[in-house]
Amino acid sequence: MSDIISLAPKKTAKDFVSDQEVKWCPGCGDYSILSQVQKVFPDFDVKKENYVFISGIGCSSRFTYYMDTYGFHSIHGRAAAVASGVKATNPELDVWLISGDGDSISIGGNHFIHLMRRNFNIKYLMFNNEIYGLTKGQYSPLSQKGIVAKSTPYGSVDEPFNPLELALGAKSTFVARSLDRDPKHQQMIFKRAHEHKGTAFVEIYQNCPVFNDEVFSPYTEKDSKREECLFIEHGMPMVFGNNNDKGLKLDGLKPVIVNIDSTNSINDLWIHDERDKTKASLLAGLFDNVSLIPHNPRPFGVFYVEDRPTYEDDLTAQIAAVTAKKGKTSLDKILSGEKTWIIA
Amino acid sequence: MNTLDLKSGKVTDVREAENIVVRFSGDSGDGMQLTGTQFTDTSAFLGQDISTFPEFPAEIRAPIGTVAGVSGFQVNFGSKEIFTPGDMYDVLVAMNSAALKTDIHKLKKGGILIVNLAGFDKKNLKLAHYPEGINPLEDGSTDDFIVYKIDVTRHVKDALATSGLGNKEMERSKNMFVLGLLFWMFDKSMDYTIGFISDKFKKVPDVMNANITALKSGWNFGDNTEVFKTRFKVDVAKLSPGVYRQITGNHATAIGLICAAEKAGIQLFLGSYPITPASDILHELSKYRGNGVKTFQAEDEIAAICSAIGASYAGALGVTTTSGPGLSLKGEAMGLAVITEIPLVIVDVQRGGPSTGLPTKTEQSDLLQAIYGRHGEAPMPVIAASTPADCFQAVYEAARIAIEHMTPVIFLSDGYVANGSEPWKFPNADNLTPINCTFVTESNNPDGKFLPYKRDDRGVRPRTKPGTPGLEHRIGGLEKQDETGNVSYDSVNHEKMTHLRANKVDRVADFIPPAKVDTGKEKAKICILGWGSTYGAIKTATLELIAEGHDVAHVHLRWVNPFPRNLGELLKGFDKVLIPEMNMGQLCSLIRAKYLIPAESYSKVQGLPFAVDELKSKIVETLNSK
Repeated sequence: MSDIISLAPKKTAKDFVSDQEVKWCPGCGDYSILSQVQKVFPDFDVKKENYVFISGIGCSSRFTYYMDTYGFHSIHGRAAAVASGVKATNPELDVWLISGDGDSISIGGNHFIHLMRRNFNIKYLMFNNEIYGLTKGQYSPLSQKGIVAKSTPYGSVDEPFNPLELALGAKSTFVARSLDRDPKHQQMIFKRAHEHKGTAFVEIYQNCPVFNDEVFSPYTEKDSKREECLFIEHGMPMVFGNNNDKGLKLDGLKPVIVNIDSTNSINDLWIHDERDKTKASLLAGLFDNVSLIPHNPRPFGVFYVEDRPTYEDDLTAQIAAVTAKKGKTSLDKILSGEKTWIIA
Repeated sequence: MNTLDLKSGKVTDVREAENIVVRFSGDSGDGMQLTGTQFTDTSAFLGQDISTFPEFPAEIRAPIGTVAGVSGFQVNFGSKEIFTPGDMYDVLVAMNSAALKTDIHKLKKGGILIVNLAGFDKKNLKLAHYPEGINPLEDGSTDDFIVYKIDVTRHVKDALATSGLGNKEMERSKNMFVLGLLFWMFDKSMDYTIGFISDKFKKVPDVMNANITALKSGWNFGDNTEVFKTRFKVDVAKLSPGVYRQITGNHATAIGLICAAEKAGIQLFLGSYPITPASDILHELSKYRGNGVKTFQAEDEIAAICSAIGASYAGALGVTTTSGPGLSLKGEAMGLAVITEIPLVIVDVQRGGPSTGLPTKTEQSDLLQAIYGRHGEAPMPVIAASTPADCFQAVYEAARIAIEHMTPVIFLSDGYVANGSEPWKFPNADNLTPINCTFVTESNNPDGKFLPYKRDDRGVRPRTKPGTPGLEHRIGGLEKQDETGNVSYDSVNHEKMTHLRANKVDRVADFIPPAKVDTGKEKAKICILGWGSTYGAIKTATLELIAEGHDVAHVHLRWVNPFPRNLGELLKGFDKVLIPEMNMGQLCSLIRAKYLIPAESYSKVQGLPFAVDELKSKIVETLNSK
């Protein structure tokens, strides 16, 4: 391993910074995500020219312009479809899809579920700020019910989606959640996503300081974070709380919060198994509003991983199999078809 | 043109005919499409020219015996050049009462009507909504025709009595009996169809034998019973020498795309969502995995075009196929392809609209949608195929212009040419026009960053693909700065870019053939200007009118955007211009607006192609009007 001599100097984060001025609002969570992606990229064994960023429409989707890679800023909701065509055509490309909650789950909802089931090897970063930013503050399908926004002066009566449950239901092979204000966690998740061969769906809680400020503060602020967040890790017990004194236990299929004390030892807790879809679904279902008393903590980390052939690999294999069996038909044969006749 | 004359009464009189129009009509489950196709292929194989018109209901299996369930297949075959499936039939085969009711009005006086008696019992007459006690075979309404009433169902059952098949299975072969009879009547060999049946049913010998037996008994029925007074002889056509095949428009479209991608040296990617009448292109292309063709059945029309855009961006020839409703859904993404200036072929097989409209019928009503149907100033070249075989050349040209000029191109076909078929003297692959697809691998800007929107002298930007070292750049739907392609909201730049994109499309006119008179002479008294699938009907009408002494010319457009450079000048040479279209006069509006000439529209929106006779009447009427 260490004998390999690298001819080109290792890339740095700066090599991925484009010459375009970043135009997000001051304090936007997008800055942190851009920065973490640029930081982890030099660690990946990918040629710079093989990275492609595909995005839809929305604040998040401007991401493409700020990465010094190939990039295609497409139209609202359709990044998944564009990315599918890119990946099907050239499986060698390292395709990253950048999208927001409205772009992914509302206007692009159909493409979202179909991308998940097809399992192209695409990394999908969904910036979730639970609001429409670029159209100036309407609620999104991920906004909490009751939200007062530009288009809901009396509060929204829409029930939000739980995007991780949606992804799991759509047969996603990699489902994770991270936060804009936790750079290290993001970097870890991005690396895990990149290692995964298949569509890796990462939801990132991203603060919109202008239209939905502090909506995720229970999970990002020092004084509440440890009580509200459950950081999950494969093979590890589910511990949370200010003093790591709480845990999740499974009572059959029902998650129960327990205090770690003389009655409940750490050994009794739910051990995270990211290969167990049933339990991953239970975990994704921990989606309580923090105003409820009591309520479950919100999990962050890799929920679920599954090995399944990618669409492009199956397509390539099918082409190889048919070509081996039938061979390539010459254009002249295609033009003449099976039956011809001659007019003298 | 009707050469049938059956008044002789002489048994097995062999008559010669220049061309014959046969209509097979029956229930959707009667196998009329297959019967018609076999009859057509045999005719073509024997060297006759042909033109077909399959017509079927939108429902897969409408209730048996009803008018809604009638499926028809019309073929015009002959020893002369054939350009249309014919206005009226010489022979109508009606398998049931509903079929007769639907199609009898187009049977020529003195024509032959062959009916399956089993389809005219009380139940079938009622299903076809004939009034109680009325049977069209007995009430004198068919006296103008030579009627052969045959109990096909009974004959087939008799012939297959020892086959061991059940009643229902035996009945399924009744179309083969009719086909055999028609083969006898027109003196055609059964070999082609026997070969077809043997191949199709090789795994079910019972069914194979039953179909062959039914086919032969139909032939023998004609030969032995002396019921039929006349047989016909239609000579081979004097087509230009060469090797021919039979082809439908959708099939020609599919292989045109394969050839274009291979000639350009790039992958072919089709993103498509099934829609009538375009789905057959997806079906056909999906067979070519062995040639590396990637077909992607997307989740919807929008994903279909967006995946094709992604594929083109990654270096393929991206194609999407659809019909009118799908074209509407693709509108926004077409704009993306316009502003990102990437090659893309959008195939629109038009059908009757608006909305779901007449899904299985033909129309030319998407022309303005194709040319203008997008938000913003989003011009793109539009080409239309004139005949089934012409779909090959037209879609090949669409791909060539898309690739060489870095633009989306719309290829317009319609239900009539897509499903119709004709003999095709196909080209050699070597003789196809080369397609130049160059990917830039080095920066075009020695002093700095790659300039993805720096144009050549045709106004065309360079093509790159991701994976090329050193040329990393971003494109997208936001307005771009000239040359750099960076996002720009500058108002003057936007106007400049709008003009640059429009000019690029306009200059495609320098790379397409000039408009010319197809039939007749320049400066004739009247020009019949057509586009797309009206070609055959207009040409036939023009030929006949010229033969009758009228001063008529036919000009047919292949590129409808941009128009050929000389079109205005050519049209101004005629006293009158008449534009027949299967829409409300869309091309006519364009021609009047662009050239300020008093062109007249002849509109037909019945979901049916123009009949030659109605065109001729209209042309003569227009000639004689002030």
